[in-house]
Amino acid sequence: MEAPQKKIPADSVGLVAPQKLHFSEPLPLRSGRTIDQYDLMVETYGTLNSDASNGILICHALSGDHHAAGYYDAGNPKEKPGWWDCCIGPGKPFDTNRFFVVCLNNLGGCAGSTGPSSLNPETGKPFGPDFPIITVRDWVLSQARLADRLGIRQWAAVIGGSLGGMQVMRWAISHPERLRHALIIAAAPKLSAQNIAFNEVARQSIMSDPDFHQGRYYDFNTYPQKGVMLARMVGHITYLSDTLLREKFGKGAGENFGRDLRGGKLSFGFDVDFQIQSYLQYKGESFSKNFDANTYLLVTKTLDYFDPTVDYDGNLSKAFDKSACKFLVVSFSSDWRFPPERSREIVDALLQAKKDVSYLEIEAAEGHDSFLLPIPRYMKALQAYMNRVANECAGGKV
Amino acid sequence: MLRADLQLIQDWIAPHSRVLDLGCGDGSFLAHLKTTRQIRDYGLEIDTANIQLCLEAGVNVLEQNMDKGLKNFGTGSFDTVILAHTLQALHRPDEIVDEMLRVGKNGILTFPNFAYWRHRLSLLTGGRMPKSPQLPYEWYDTPNLHHCTISDFDELCRLKNIKVLHRTVVDDSQHSSPLMRLCPNFFGINAIYHITR
Repeated sequence: MEAPQKKIPADSVGLVAPQKLHFSEPLPLRSGRTIDQYDLMVETYGTLNSDASNGILICHALSGDHHAAGYYDAGNPKEKPGWWDCCIGPGKPFDTNRFFVVCLNNLGGCAGSTGPSSLNPETGKPFGPDFPIITVRDWVLSQARLADRLGIRQWAAVIGGSLGGMQVMRWAISHPERLRHALIIAAAPKLSAQNIAFNEVARQSIMSDPDFHQGRYYDFNTYPQKGVMLARMVGHITYLSDTLLREKFGKGAGENFGRDLRGGKLSFGFDVDFQIQSYLQYKGESFSKNFDANTYLLVTKTLDYFDPTVDYDGNLSKAFDKSACKFLVVSFSSDWRFPPERSREIVDALLQAKKDVSYLEIEAAEGHDSFLLPIPRYMKALQAYMNRVANECAGGKV
Repeated sequence: MLRADLQLIQDWIAPHSRVLDLGCGDGSFLAHLKTTRQIRDYGLEIDTANIQLCLEAGVNVLEQNMDKGLKNFGTGSFDTVILAHTLQALHRPDEIVDEMLRVGKNGILTFPNFAYWRHRLSLLTGGRMPKSPQLPYEWYDTPNLHHCTISDFDELCRLKNIKVLHRTVVDDSQHSSPLMRLCPNFFGINAIYHITR
Protein backbone atom coordinates (compact mmCIF):
# COMPACT_ATOMS: atom_id res chain seq x y z
CA MET A 1 0.00 0.00 0.00
CA GLU A 2 1.27 3.45 -0.86
CA ALA A 3 1.90 5.93 1.94
CA PRO A 4 -0.84 8.58 2.15
CA GLN A 5 0.35 11.75 0.45
CA LYS A 6 -0.49 14.93 2.29
CA LYS A 7 -2.01 17.92 0.61
CA ILE A 8 0.46 20.78 0.84
CA PRO A 9 -1.31 24.18 0.80
CA ALA A 10 -0.72 26.37 -2.25
CA ASP A 11 0.77 29.17 -0.16
CA SER A 12 3.33 26.87 1.48
CA VAL A 13 7.00 26.81 0.56
CA GLY A 14 6.38 23.08 0.14
CA LEU A 15 8.96 20.41 0.85
CA VAL A 16 12.20 21.79 2.19
CA ALA A 17 15.56 20.41 3.32
CA PRO A 18 18.03 21.94 5.75
CA GLN A 19 21.73 22.17 5.01
CA LYS A 20 24.63 22.03 7.42
CA LEU A 21 27.33 24.64 6.79
CA HIS A 22 30.75 24.28 8.38
CA PHE A 23 32.73 27.30 9.57
CA SER A 24 36.40 26.80 10.37
CA GLU A 25 37.40 30.35 11.28
CA PRO A 26 37.45 30.68 15.10
CA LEU A 27 34.59 32.71 16.56
CA PRO A 28 35.62 35.04 19.39
CA LEU A 29 32.93 35.16 22.06
CA ARG A 30 31.81 37.92 24.37
CA SER A 31 32.83 35.76 27.36
CA GLY A 32 36.44 35.89 26.19
CA ARG A 33 36.39 32.29 25.05
CA THR A 34 36.52 31.12 21.44
CA ILE A 35 34.78 28.47 19.40
CA ASP A 36 37.42 27.14 17.00
CA GLN A 37 35.04 25.69 14.44
CA TYR A 38 31.32 25.11 14.24
CA ASP A 39 28.41 23.98 12.10
CA LEU A 40 25.23 25.93 11.47
CA MET A 41 22.02 24.26 10.32
CA VAL A 42 20.35 26.51 7.79
CA GLU A 43 17.15 26.53 5.79
CA THR A 44 16.42 28.91 2.92
CA TYR A 45 13.27 29.58 0.95
CA GLY A 46 12.93 31.54 -2.28
CA THR A 47 15.72 32.71 -4.57
CA LEU A 48 18.48 35.22 -4.04
CA ASN A 49 18.28 37.84 -6.79
CA SER A 50 21.19 38.83 -9.02
CA ASP A 51 22.38 41.74 -6.90
CA ALA A 52 21.78 39.79 -3.66
CA SER A 53 19.49 42.56 -2.39
CA ASN A 54 16.44 40.49 -1.43
CA GLY A 55 17.81 38.41 1.45
CA ILE A 56 15.91 38.48 4.74
CA LEU A 57 17.11 36.83 7.91
CA ILE A 58 14.68 35.25 10.37
CA CYS A 59 16.03 34.99 13.93
CA HIS A 60 14.43 32.38 16.14
CA ALA A 61 13.42 32.63 19.79
CA LEU A 62 14.20 30.40 22.77
CA SER A 63 12.97 27.06 21.47
CA GLY A 64 12.93 27.73 17.71
CA ASP A 65 15.26 26.39 15.08
CA HIS A 66 16.12 26.63 11.38
CA HIS A 67 12.87 24.96 10.28
CA ALA A 68 10.70 28.07 9.99
CA ALA A 69 8.47 27.03 7.10
CA GLY A 70 7.38 24.15 4.91
CA TYR A 71 7.47 20.37 5.37
CA TYR A 72 10.07 17.62 5.39
CA ASP A 73 7.99 14.55 4.74
CA ALA A 74 5.43 14.30 1.94
CA GLY A 75 4.32 10.94 3.25
CA ASN A 76 3.41 12.09 6.74
CA PRO A 77 -0.04 13.69 6.81
CA LYS A 78 0.34 14.55 10.50
CA GLU A 79 3.54 16.58 10.11
CA LYS A 80 3.23 20.19 11.20
CA PRO A 81 4.94 22.86 9.09
CA GLY A 82 7.86 25.02 10.31
CA TRP A 83 7.37 27.31 13.31
CA TRP A 84 6.63 30.52 11.37
CA ASP A 85 4.84 29.00 8.42
CA CYS A 86 1.99 31.52 8.72
CA CYS A 87 4.40 34.30 7.74
CA ILE A 88 6.71 32.61 5.20
CA GLY A 89 5.58 31.44 1.77
CA PRO A 90 4.36 32.63 -1.61
CA GLY A 91 2.04 35.60 -1.06
CA LYS A 92 2.59 35.61 2.71
CA PRO A 93 4.16 38.57 4.56
CA PHE A 94 7.68 37.19 4.03
CA ASP A 95 6.87 36.43 0.44
CA THR A 96 9.12 33.74 -1.00
CA ASN A 97 8.27 34.91 -4.52
CA ARG A 98 10.06 38.16 -3.70
CA PHE A 99 12.48 37.41 -0.87
CA PHE A 100 15.28 34.96 -0.24
CA VAL A 101 14.43 33.89 3.30
CA VAL A 102 17.19 32.55 5.54
CA CYS A 103 16.69 30.89 8.91
CA LEU A 104 19.28 29.10 11.00
CA ASN A 105 19.55 27.13 14.20
CA ASN A 106 21.65 29.34 16.43
CA LEU A 107 24.95 28.30 17.89
CA GLY A 108 24.46 26.38 21.12
CA GLY A 109 21.19 24.97 19.80
CA CYS A 110 20.16 21.35 19.64
CA ALA A 111 18.74 21.04 16.14
CA GLY A 112 21.95 20.34 14.26
CA SER A 113 24.10 23.43 14.84
CA THR A 114 27.09 23.05 17.14
CA GLY A 115 25.94 23.07 20.74
CA PRO A 116 26.38 21.36 24.11
CA SER A 117 25.20 18.01 22.74
CA SER A 118 27.76 18.09 19.88
CA LEU A 119 30.98 16.14 20.19
CA ASN A 120 33.92 18.13 21.51
CA PRO A 121 36.73 17.31 19.05
CA GLU A 122 39.27 17.59 21.88
CA THR A 123 37.68 14.92 24.07
CA GLY A 124 35.57 12.96 21.65
CA LYS A 125 32.68 13.36 24.10
CA PRO A 126 29.73 15.80 24.04
CA PHE A 127 30.62 19.31 25.26
CA GLY A 128 27.91 19.30 27.90
CA PRO A 129 28.59 22.01 30.50
CA ASP A 130 31.95 22.79 28.86
CA PHE A 131 30.18 24.49 25.98
CA PRO A 132 30.74 28.24 26.33
CA ILE A 133 27.91 30.60 27.23
CA ILE A 134 26.85 32.28 24.00
CA THR A 135 25.46 35.80 23.97
CA VAL A 136 23.16 37.46 21.43
CA ARG A 137 26.16 39.37 20.10
CA ASP A 138 27.98 36.07 19.43
CA TRP A 139 24.96 34.71 17.58
CA VAL A 140 24.76 37.80 15.44
CA LEU A 141 28.46 37.59 14.61
CA SER A 142 27.97 33.98 13.50
CA GLN A 143 24.93 35.09 11.46
CA ALA A 144 27.05 37.80 9.79
CA ARG A 145 29.51 35.10 8.76
CA LEU A 146 26.62 33.08 7.41
CA ALA A 147 25.59 36.14 5.37
CA ASP A 148 29.15 36.36 4.00
CA ARG A 149 28.99 32.69 3.04
CA LEU A 150 25.67 33.23 1.23
CA GLY A 151 27.01 36.28 -0.60
CA ILE A 152 24.64 38.69 1.16
CA ARG A 153 26.39 41.95 1.98
CA GLN A 154 23.25 43.66 3.24
CA TRP A 155 19.96 42.10 4.36
CA ALA A 156 16.77 43.68 3.04
CA ALA A 157 15.44 42.98 6.53
CA VAL A 158 16.36 41.17 9.71
CA ILE A 159 13.29 39.92 11.55
CA GLY A 160 12.60 38.25 14.85
CA GLY A 161 10.14 37.85 17.72
CA SER A 162 10.98 37.68 21.43
CA LEU A 163 14.63 36.59 21.75
CA GLY A 164 14.68 36.81 17.96
CA GLY A 165 13.84 40.51 18.26
CA MET A 166 16.83 40.94 20.53
CA GLN A 167 19.07 39.56 17.78
CA VAL A 168 17.51 42.09 15.40
CA MET A 169 18.43 44.92 17.79
CA ARG A 170 21.98 43.62 18.02
CA TRP A 171 22.23 43.54 14.21
CA ALA A 172 21.13 47.18 13.99
CA ILE A 173 23.67 48.17 16.65
CA SER A 174 26.71 46.05 15.75
CA HIS A 175 26.38 45.78 11.97
CA PRO A 176 24.49 48.94 10.96
CA GLU A 177 25.65 48.83 7.33
CA ARG A 178 24.39 45.29 6.83
CA LEU A 179 20.59 45.71 7.04
CA ARG A 180 17.99 48.07 5.61
CA HIS A 181 15.06 47.16 7.84
CA ALA A 182 14.75 45.81 11.38
CA LEU A 183 11.51 44.16 12.52
CA ILE A 184 11.49 43.79 16.29
CA ILE A 185 8.44 41.87 17.48
CA ALA A 186 7.27 41.13 21.05
CA ALA A 187 10.72 41.92 22.41
CA ALA A 188 12.26 43.91 25.25
CA PRO A 189 15.43 45.98 25.49
CA LYS A 190 16.59 43.61 28.22
CA LEU A 191 15.01 41.20 30.68
CA SER A 192 13.27 42.44 33.79
CA ALA A 193 14.00 40.97 37.22
CA GLN A 194 10.75 39.02 36.88
CA ASN A 195 11.86 37.57 33.53
CA ILE A 196 15.18 36.49 35.05
CA ALA A 197 13.33 35.02 38.02
CA PHE A 198 11.27 32.76 35.76
CA ASN A 199 14.44 31.69 33.95
CA GLU A 200 16.01 30.84 37.28
CA VAL A 201 13.10 28.56 38.17
CA ALA A 202 13.57 26.86 34.80
CA ARG A 203 17.29 26.36 35.39
CA GLN A 204 16.80 25.06 38.91
CA SER A 205 14.21 22.58 37.66
CA ILE A 206 16.72 21.15 35.20
CA MET A 207 19.77 21.25 37.45
CA SER A 208 18.00 19.60 40.38
CA ASP A 209 16.85 16.66 38.28
CA PRO A 210 18.82 13.59 39.53
CA ASP A 211 19.45 12.67 35.90
CA PHE A 212 21.23 15.96 35.20
CA HIS A 213 24.67 14.78 36.41
CA GLN A 214 26.13 18.32 36.32
CA GLY A 215 25.26 18.50 32.66
CA ARG A 216 27.14 15.29 31.74
CA TYR A 217 24.01 13.19 31.41
CA TYR A 218 25.10 12.11 27.92
CA ASP A 219 27.95 10.12 29.53
CA PHE A 220 25.44 8.36 31.77
CA ASN A 221 23.17 7.55 28.87
CA THR A 222 20.34 9.37 30.56
CA TYR A 223 18.51 12.69 30.29
CA PRO A 224 16.90 15.10 32.81
CA GLN A 225 13.53 14.90 31.12
CA LYS A 226 11.51 15.73 34.24
CA GLY A 227 13.58 18.87 34.77
CA VAL A 228 13.17 20.08 31.19
CA MET A 229 9.47 19.35 31.39
CA LEU A 230 9.10 21.47 34.54
CA ALA A 231 11.18 24.25 33.00
CA ARG A 232 8.99 24.28 29.94
CA MET A 233 5.79 24.19 31.99
CA VAL A 234 6.84 27.31 33.84
CA GLY A 235 7.97 28.96 30.63
CA HIS A 236 4.78 28.02 28.84
CA ILE A 237 2.63 29.77 31.46
CA THR A 238 4.49 32.99 30.74
CA TYR A 239 3.86 32.65 27.00
CA LEU A 240 0.08 32.54 27.40
CA SER A 241 -2.36 35.01 28.88
CA ASP A 242 -4.92 34.59 31.64
CA THR A 243 -7.64 35.52 29.15
CA LEU A 244 -6.56 32.81 26.74
CA LEU A 245 -6.47 30.14 29.46
CA ARG A 246 -9.96 31.16 30.57
CA GLU A 247 -11.24 30.80 27.03
CA LYS A 248 -9.41 27.57 26.37
CA PHE A 249 -10.34 25.81 29.58
CA GLY A 250 -13.65 27.39 30.49
CA LYS A 251 -16.82 26.22 28.84
CA GLY A 252 -19.03 29.26 28.31
CA ALA A 253 -15.93 31.44 28.50
CA GLY A 254 -15.56 33.70 31.49
CA GLU A 255 -17.99 31.84 33.73
CA ASN A 256 -15.61 29.58 35.57
CA PHE A 257 -12.23 31.28 35.08
CA GLY A 258 -10.96 28.44 32.88
CA ARG A 259 -11.32 25.90 35.68
CA ASP A 260 -12.81 23.14 33.53
CA LEU A 261 -12.56 19.77 35.24
CA ARG A 262 -10.93 16.89 33.44
CA GLY A 263 -12.99 14.04 34.84
CA GLY A 264 -16.18 15.92 35.65
CA LYS A 265 -15.66 15.84 39.43
CA LEU A 266 -12.98 16.49 42.04
CA SER A 267 -10.69 13.57 42.91
CA PHE A 268 -9.83 14.67 46.46
CA GLY A 269 -6.32 13.50 45.74
CA PHE A 270 -3.22 14.91 44.06
CA ASP A 271 -4.02 13.66 40.59
CA VAL A 272 -5.00 15.83 37.69
CA ASP A 273 -8.32 17.51 38.47
CA PHE A 274 -8.35 20.43 36.04
CA GLN A 275 -7.86 20.50 32.27
CA ILE A 276 -5.07 23.07 32.54
CA GLN A 277 -2.97 20.58 34.53
CA SER A 278 -3.02 17.91 31.87
CA TYR A 279 -2.56 20.48 29.11
CA LEU A 280 0.52 21.90 30.79
CA GLN A 281 1.96 18.48 31.51
CA TYR A 282 1.39 17.42 27.92
CA LYS A 283 3.09 20.58 26.61
CA GLY A 284 6.05 20.15 28.96
CA GLU A 285 6.43 16.48 28.24
CA SER A 286 6.32 16.69 24.46
CA PHE A 287 8.84 19.55 24.53
CA SER A 288 11.18 17.68 26.86
CA LYS A 289 11.49 14.78 24.42
CA ASN A 290 13.01 16.95 21.71
CA PHE A 291 15.04 19.61 23.45
CA ASP A 292 18.48 19.36 24.98
CA ALA A 293 18.64 20.35 28.64
CA ASN A 294 22.02 22.08 28.33
CA THR A 295 20.78 24.13 25.38
CA TYR A 296 17.80 25.21 27.46
CA LEU A 297 20.11 26.29 30.30
CA LEU A 298 22.39 28.09 27.88
CA VAL A 299 19.67 30.01 26.07
CA THR A 300 18.07 31.20 29.31
CA LYS A 301 21.50 32.66 30.16
CA THR A 302 21.70 34.25 26.72
CA LEU A 303 18.38 35.93 27.50
CA ASP A 304 19.45 37.03 30.98
CA TYR A 305 22.71 38.53 29.68
CA PHE A 306 21.18 40.46 26.80
CA ASP A 307 21.75 44.17 27.32
CA PRO A 308 22.61 46.17 24.21
CA THR A 309 23.34 49.25 26.32
CA VAL A 310 26.31 47.69 28.07
CA ASP A 311 28.84 49.49 25.84
CA TYR A 312 26.83 52.72 25.84
CA ASP A 313 26.61 53.80 29.50
CA GLY A 314 23.27 52.06 29.86
CA ASN A 315 21.72 54.36 27.27
CA LEU A 316 19.66 52.54 24.65
CA SER A 317 19.28 55.48 22.28
CA LYS A 318 23.06 55.92 22.28
CA ALA A 319 23.35 52.24 21.39
CA PHE A 320 21.17 52.84 18.32
CA ASP A 321 23.08 55.99 17.33
CA LYS A 322 24.92 54.41 14.38
CA SER A 323 21.96 52.30 13.18
CA ALA A 324 21.12 53.12 9.58
CA CYS A 325 18.08 50.90 9.03
CA LYS A 326 14.38 51.62 9.40
CA PHE A 327 12.51 49.97 12.23
CA LEU A 328 9.15 48.34 12.73
CA VAL A 329 8.35 47.50 16.35
CA VAL A 330 5.31 45.39 17.21
CA SER A 331 3.87 44.40 20.59
CA PHE A 332 0.76 42.52 21.71
CA SER A 333 -1.74 43.76 24.28
CA SER A 334 -1.93 40.58 26.38
CA ASP A 335 1.80 39.81 26.37
CA TRP A 336 2.89 39.96 30.00
CA ARG A 337 6.31 38.41 29.42
CA PHE A 338 7.44 41.32 27.22
CA PRO A 339 4.47 43.69 27.54
CA PRO A 340 3.85 46.65 25.22
CA GLU A 341 5.61 49.07 27.55
CA ARG A 342 8.86 47.16 26.99
CA SER A 343 8.45 47.64 23.23
CA ARG A 344 7.72 51.30 23.80
CA GLU A 345 11.07 51.60 25.59
CA ILE A 346 12.67 50.46 22.34
CA VAL A 347 10.54 52.87 20.31
CA ASP A 348 11.33 55.81 22.58
CA ALA A 349 15.06 55.09 22.36
CA LEU A 350 14.79 54.97 18.57
CA LEU A 351 12.87 58.27 18.53
CA GLN A 352 15.49 59.85 20.72
CA ALA A 353 18.15 58.57 18.34
CA LYS A 354 16.13 60.16 15.49
CA LYS A 355 15.63 56.86 13.65
CA ASP A 356 12.80 55.99 11.30
CA VAL A 357 10.40 53.86 13.32
CA SER A 358 6.82 52.64 13.18
CA TYR A 359 5.14 51.05 16.17
CA LEU A 360 2.05 48.87 16.44
CA GLU A 361 0.32 47.55 19.52
CA ILE A 362 -1.79 44.62 18.34
CA GLU A 363 -4.90 43.75 20.34
CA ALA A 364 -4.63 39.99 20.90
CA ALA A 365 -5.60 37.55 23.65
CA GLU A 366 -2.86 35.00 22.98
CA GLY A 367 -0.16 36.54 25.18
CA HIS A 368 3.51 36.41 24.25
CA ASP A 369 2.88 33.56 21.80
CA SER A 370 0.83 35.98 19.67
CA PHE A 371 3.90 36.77 17.60
CA LEU A 372 3.84 33.22 16.18
CA LEU A 373 0.17 33.30 15.23
CA PRO A 374 -1.68 34.48 12.11
CA ILE A 375 -3.56 37.31 13.86
CA PRO A 376 -5.26 39.18 10.98
CA ARG A 377 -4.22 42.75 11.84
CA TYR A 378 -0.66 41.62 12.56
CA MET A 379 -0.41 39.70 9.27
CA LYS A 380 -1.81 42.66 7.30
CA ALA A 381 0.66 45.04 8.90
CA LEU A 382 3.66 42.79 8.20
CA GLN A 383 2.43 42.33 4.65
CA ALA A 384 2.16 46.09 4.06
CA TYR A 385 5.56 46.81 5.57
CA MET A 386 7.33 43.99 3.73
CA ASN A 387 5.67 44.93 0.47
CA ARG A 388 7.52 48.24 0.61
CA VAL A 389 10.74 46.48 1.56
CA ALA A 390 10.33 44.23 -1.50
CA ASN A 391 9.67 47.21 -3.76
CA GLU A 392 12.98 48.73 -2.65
CA CYS A 393 14.77 45.49 -3.56
CA ALA A 394 13.24 45.58 -7.01
CA GLY A 395 14.94 48.95 -7.38
CA GLY A 396 18.23 47.13 -7.04
CA LYS A 397 19.34 49.23 -4.09
CA VAL A 398 22.44 47.46 -2.79
CA MET B 1 -5.32 67.02 -4.87
CA LEU B 2 -4.38 68.39 -1.48
CA ARG B 3 -7.12 69.89 0.66
CA ALA B 4 -6.88 73.68 0.62
CA ASP B 5 -6.14 73.92 4.35
CA LEU B 6 -3.31 71.43 4.00
CA GLN B 7 -2.05 73.41 1.01
CA LEU B 8 -1.86 76.44 3.30
CA ILE B 9 -0.17 74.53 6.10
CA GLN B 10 2.36 73.07 3.70
CA ASP B 11 3.76 76.51 2.97
CA TRP B 12 4.65 76.92 6.65
CA ILE B 13 6.78 73.78 6.72
CA ALA B 14 10.46 74.19 5.98
CA PRO B 15 12.20 71.75 3.62
CA HIS B 16 14.06 68.91 5.35
CA SER B 17 12.43 69.65 8.69
CA ARG B 18 11.30 67.11 11.25
CA VAL B 19 7.51 66.96 11.38
CA LEU B 20 5.28 65.25 13.94
CA ASP B 21 1.64 64.93 12.91
CA LEU B 22 -0.65 64.28 15.88
CA GLY B 23 -3.58 62.25 14.59
CA CYS B 24 -2.01 61.73 11.18
CA GLY B 25 -4.97 59.82 9.71
CA ASP B 26 -4.07 57.76 6.67
CA GLY B 27 -0.65 59.41 6.48
CA SER B 28 -1.30 60.99 3.10
CA PHE B 29 -0.34 64.50 4.24
CA LEU B 30 2.97 63.28 5.67
CA ALA B 31 3.59 61.25 2.52
CA HIS B 32 2.90 64.39 0.48
CA LEU B 33 5.29 66.48 2.60
CA LYS B 34 7.95 63.81 2.17
CA THR B 35 7.75 64.32 -1.57
CA THR B 36 7.37 68.07 -1.68
CA ARG B 37 9.41 69.12 1.36
CA GLN B 38 11.71 66.12 1.94
CA ILE B 39 10.69 66.12 5.60
CA ARG B 40 11.46 63.48 8.25
CA ASP B 41 7.96 62.21 8.94
CA TYR B 42 6.38 60.85 12.11
CA GLY B 43 2.68 60.42 12.77
CA LEU B 44 0.70 59.52 15.87
CA GLU B 45 -2.50 57.56 15.31
CA ILE B 46 -4.78 55.22 17.26
CA ASP B 47 -7.20 54.14 14.55
CA THR B 48 -6.05 50.71 13.36
CA ALA B 49 -7.38 51.12 9.81
CA ASN B 50 -5.50 54.41 9.48
CA ILE B 51 -2.33 52.86 10.91
CA GLN B 52 -2.50 50.18 8.24
CA LEU B 53 -2.87 52.87 5.54
CA CYS B 54 0.17 54.67 6.96
CA LEU B 55 2.23 51.49 6.69
CA GLU B 56 1.08 51.09 3.11
CA ALA B 57 2.02 54.71 2.41
CA GLY B 58 5.44 54.14 3.94
CA VAL B 59 5.23 56.84 6.59
CA ASN B 60 6.54 56.38 10.12
CA VAL B 61 3.46 55.79 12.24
CA LEU B 62 3.36 55.28 15.99
CA GLU B 63 0.36 53.72 17.68
CA GLN B 64 0.05 56.12 20.57
CA ASN B 65 -2.78 58.02 22.22
CA MET B 66 -1.80 61.69 22.40
CA ASP B 67 -4.37 62.20 25.16
CA LYS B 68 -1.95 60.28 27.39
CA GLY B 69 0.74 62.86 26.70
CA LEU B 70 3.85 63.26 24.58
CA LYS B 71 6.35 62.62 27.38
CA ASN B 72 8.30 60.17 25.24
CA PHE B 73 9.21 62.91 22.79
CA GLY B 74 12.26 64.97 23.64
CA THR B 75 12.09 68.75 24.09
CA GLY B 76 12.77 70.48 20.78
CA SER B 77 13.07 67.17 18.95
CA PHE B 78 10.84 68.34 16.10
CA ASP B 79 10.66 71.45 13.96
CA THR B 80 6.91 71.41 13.45
CA VAL B 81 4.13 69.62 15.33
CA ILE B 82 0.76 69.46 13.55
CA LEU B 83 -2.63 68.98 15.19
CA ALA B 84 -5.40 69.05 12.60
CA HIS B 85 -9.07 69.12 13.67
CA THR B 86 -8.45 67.30 16.94
CA LEU B 87 -7.87 70.02 19.54
CA GLN B 88 -11.53 70.15 20.60
CA ALA B 89 -11.67 66.37 21.09
CA LEU B 90 -8.83 66.17 23.62
CA HIS B 91 -9.21 66.02 27.38
CA ARG B 92 -6.89 68.95 28.05
CA PRO B 93 -6.36 71.04 24.91
CA ASP B 94 -4.32 73.59 26.85
CA GLU B 95 -1.84 70.92 27.92
CA ILE B 96 -1.44 69.51 24.42
CA VAL B 97 -0.71 73.00 23.10
CA ASP B 98 2.03 73.32 25.72
CA GLU B 99 3.36 69.91 24.77
CA MET B 100 3.30 70.74 21.05
CA LEU B 101 5.48 73.77 21.69
CA ARG B 102 7.79 71.84 24.00
CA VAL B 103 8.37 69.02 21.51
CA GLY B 104 8.35 71.24 18.43
CA LYS B 105 9.87 74.61 17.64
CA ASN B 106 6.53 75.61 16.16
CA GLY B 107 3.04 74.20 15.98
CA ILE B 108 0.27 74.21 13.44
CA LEU B 109 -3.28 73.53 14.52
CA THR B 110 -6.76 73.72 13.09
CA PHE B 111 -10.16 73.63 14.76
CA PRO B 112 -13.80 74.44 13.97
CA ASN B 113 -14.80 77.92 15.16
CA PHE B 114 -17.75 77.49 17.50
CA ALA B 115 -18.61 81.20 17.20
CA TYR B 116 -19.38 80.97 13.50
CA TRP B 117 -22.55 82.98 12.89
CA ARG B 118 -24.67 80.00 11.88
CA HIS B 119 -23.81 78.26 15.16
CA ARG B 120 -24.69 81.43 17.06
CA LEU B 121 -27.95 81.72 15.18
CA SER B 122 -28.87 78.12 15.79
CA LEU B 123 -28.40 78.55 19.55
CA LEU B 124 -30.15 81.92 19.59
CA THR B 125 -33.22 80.92 17.59
CA GLY B 126 -33.55 77.16 18.04
CA GLY B 127 -32.05 76.89 21.52
CA ARG B 128 -30.38 73.65 20.44
CA MET B 129 -26.71 72.72 20.18
CA PRO B 130 -25.50 73.66 16.70
CA LYS B 131 -24.99 71.06 14.01
CA SER B 132 -23.11 71.64 10.77
CA PRO B 133 -20.85 69.83 8.31
CA GLN B 134 -17.97 70.42 10.76
CA LEU B 135 -20.06 69.52 13.80
CA PRO B 136 -22.34 66.76 12.57
CA TYR B 137 -22.86 65.14 15.98
CA GLU B 138 -25.61 65.14 18.56
CA TRP B 139 -24.64 66.65 21.92
CA TYR B 140 -24.56 63.18 23.50
CA ASP B 141 -22.36 61.36 20.99
CA THR B 142 -19.97 64.08 19.93
CA PRO B 143 -16.25 63.34 20.32
CA ASN B 144 -15.77 67.08 20.80
CA LEU B 145 -15.24 67.78 24.50
CA HIS B 146 -13.98 71.36 24.45
CA HIS B 147 -15.48 73.59 21.79
CA CYS B 148 -13.69 76.88 21.41
CA THR B 149 -13.88 80.02 19.37
CA ILE B 150 -11.22 82.02 17.63
CA SER B 151 -11.42 84.60 20.42
CA ASP B 152 -11.02 81.85 23.01
CA PHE B 153 -7.92 80.51 21.31
CA ASP B 154 -6.45 83.99 20.92
CA GLU B 155 -6.96 84.44 24.64
CA LEU B 156 -5.27 81.11 25.41
CA CYS B 157 -2.27 82.18 23.33
CA ARG B 158 -2.14 85.50 25.19
CA LEU B 159 -2.28 83.78 28.59
CA LYS B 160 0.43 81.31 27.65
CA ASN B 161 2.65 83.88 25.91
CA ILE B 162 2.31 82.01 22.65
CA LYS B 163 3.22 83.92 19.53
CA VAL B 164 0.82 83.56 16.60
CA LEU B 165 2.95 83.49 13.45
CA HIS B 166 0.00 83.09 11.09
CA ARG B 167 -3.73 82.87 11.53
CA THR B 168 -6.15 82.08 8.74
CA VAL B 169 -9.87 81.44 8.79
CA VAL B 170 -11.54 79.53 6.00
CA ASP B 171 -14.94 78.25 4.97
CA ASP B 172 -16.17 74.75 4.23
CA SER B 173 -14.25 74.53 1.00
CA GLN B 174 -11.18 75.85 2.84
CA HIS B 175 -11.29 79.26 1.15
CA SER B 176 -10.97 82.63 2.81
CA SER B 177 -12.98 85.77 1.99
CA PRO B 178 -12.83 89.50 2.80
CA LEU B 179 -15.71 89.10 5.29
CA MET B 180 -13.86 86.38 7.14
CA ARG B 181 -10.75 88.49 7.28
CA LEU B 182 -12.74 91.44 8.56
CA CYS B 183 -14.58 89.53 11.27
CA PRO B 184 -13.00 86.08 11.64
CA ASN B 185 -14.77 85.05 14.83
CA PHE B 186 -18.15 85.69 13.23
CA PHE B 187 -17.68 84.50 9.66
CA GLY B 188 -14.87 81.98 9.99
CA ILE B 189 -15.84 78.30 9.98
CA ASN B 190 -12.42 76.76 10.45
CA ALA B 191 -9.40 78.34 12.11
CA ILE B 192 -5.80 77.56 11.17
CA TYR B 193 -3.02 78.71 13.49
CA HIS B 194 0.73 78.68 13.16
CA ILE B 195 2.19 79.25 16.62
CA THR B 196 5.49 79.38 18.44
CA ARG B 197 6.95 80.48 21.79
